[in-house]
Amino acid sequence: MEKPKIEISGLNKKFGDLAVLKGISLSVEAGSVVAIIGPSGSGKSTLLRCINLLVTPDGGQIRVGEDAFTFGPGTKLPGTRDLARFRSNTGMVFQHFNLFPHMSVLGNVMEAPVTVRKKSKAEARELALALLAKVGLSDKADEFPARLSGGQKQRVAIARALAMQPDVMLFDEATSALDPELVGEVLGVMKKLATEGMTMVIVTHEIAFAREVADRVIFMRDGIVAEEGPAHQVIDAPRETATQAFLSHFHRGGHHQTAETAP
Amino acid sequence: MYQWDFAFLWSYRWLFLKGLGVTVAFTVGIVLLGLVIGQLAALAKLSKWAPLRILSHTYIELFRCTPVLVQLVWFYYALPVLSGIEISAVSAAMLALSLYGGSFYAEIIRGGIVSIDPGQTEAGAALGMTPFQTMRRIILPQAFKRMVPPLMNQSIIQFKNTSLVSVLAVPDLLYQGQVAAHDSYRPLEVYTAIAVAYFVILYPLTILVRKGEEALARND
Ligand SMILES: Nc1ncnc2c1ncn2[C@@H]1O[C@H](COP(=O)(O)OP(=O)(O)O)[C@@H](O)[C@H]1O
Ligand SMILES: [Mg+2]
Repeated sequence: MEKPKIEISGLNKKFGDLAVLKGISLSVEAGSVVAIIGPSGSGKSTLLRCINLLVTPDGGQIRVGEDAFTFGPGTKLPGTRDLARFRSNTGMVFQHFNLFPHMSVLGNVMEAPVTVRKKSKAEARELALALLAKVGLSDKADEFPARLSGGQKQRVAIARALAMQPDVMLFDEATSALDPELVGEVLGVMKKLATEGMTMVIVTHEIAFAREVADRVIFMRDGIVAEEGPAHQVIDAPRETATQAFLSHFHRGGHHQTAETAP
Repeated sequence: MYQWDFAFLWSYRWLFLKGLGVTVAFTVGIVLLGLVIGQLAALAKLSKWAPLRILSHTYIELFRCTPVLVQLVWFYYALPVLSGIEISAVSAAMLALSLYGGSFYAEIIRGGIVSIDPGQTEAGAALGMTPFQTMRRIILPQAFKRMVPPLMNQSIIQFKNTSLVSVLAVPDLLYQGQVAAHDSYRPLEVYTAIAVAYFVILYPLTILVRKGEEALARND
């Protein structure tokens, strides 16, 4: 069998006295989709941000593709250049989009290929236009982010990340900041990426989406992996009581239950 | 009643113009030098290297919390004694006013940089940009727009501060005014004319700054 695309073992992270990740291990096969679910504050974002080293772990090992890092006492932290090169191979999509407001949609997508990869403007432009077509936003290339809907912004953010032609895409609650009617268009793009064989790690509250698109689901609670398995098994027949309790907050449709609709 | 008579000022026009030239040249000099110093001090204060942060902080507070007139006199009279290097009045004034302005510019620039959503830095980093690339391409262009009005305000203050160099006998507008006042025995008209000259130059600039601030408020 091929070795996994992402391998993490014994990952620890503390913020001050607060232990946020406590010995997390996980692996992601090339071309597969892993969804991370769990209550707010359980460390999902921190784990995701450790995978591209936006957060530096205190201990443990991370390997993405050929790049491996060990963290802990006595180990040297990677320098800024190594970090930048490493991150350029992983794409990340944020809950609040974080588009560059002073650049057009096209400028946002062209920025990293030109600045980091030193592609020519023409080449970057061609790539950016192709990616905007892929996310269904060819007609918005010259708009500025402020004039887009949330769903459009997030699709631009996905195109921007894809422009670096990453091996791995990380999504941190990509649809949580969106109006309900705009969630579908972003999930649609993510699903398309998954079927094209992109390796993806998705933090999400869209349980139905995780069940449909993810190969494996990880349930996190208090900084540990409380349950892990094939998506259908974890979501339809969770073994752990904590997972059962968490999933009981969601409708069968996968939407988070609100106070009004709760029984 | 005092009999105003402004007509005689015309004969001093070349003197005033020379003074104004020195004032404007001085302002341009201390604004440019101050901006360079301010930018460096701002980046130093945001550095992850503690000694650099402390150095920058000390400089900024030292210059913000002492009167600029005291600094001016100190650089001219005290610095040569300490360093053993003779320094001309123009150099001393230039140095003092630039460092003084730089300490204020530094805080404006630093404030502009930290006012940008940290998500922008993260987005740059996640795309594989180095901290330097992120600062140059993502943060500074956004921060700069917010900095321009306060930087212009500070530069207007710097323009007025140049009048202090007259105490070191640098021949700026105010200094030439003093010459004219002594010469004509009509200080009232001379100093009134000088006040008017400053006002005529600075008032339009303050309107420009206000327009800039309003445009910014609309965009945010
Ligand atoms: N930069 C940080 N500094 C301090 N505490 C943090 C930081 N980031 C996250 N935390 C804390 O770590 C815990 C886990 O956060 P997070 O990983 O964002 O959880 P989740 O994404 O599952 O909601 C929370 O208690 C949060 O307050
Ligand atoms: Mg989170």
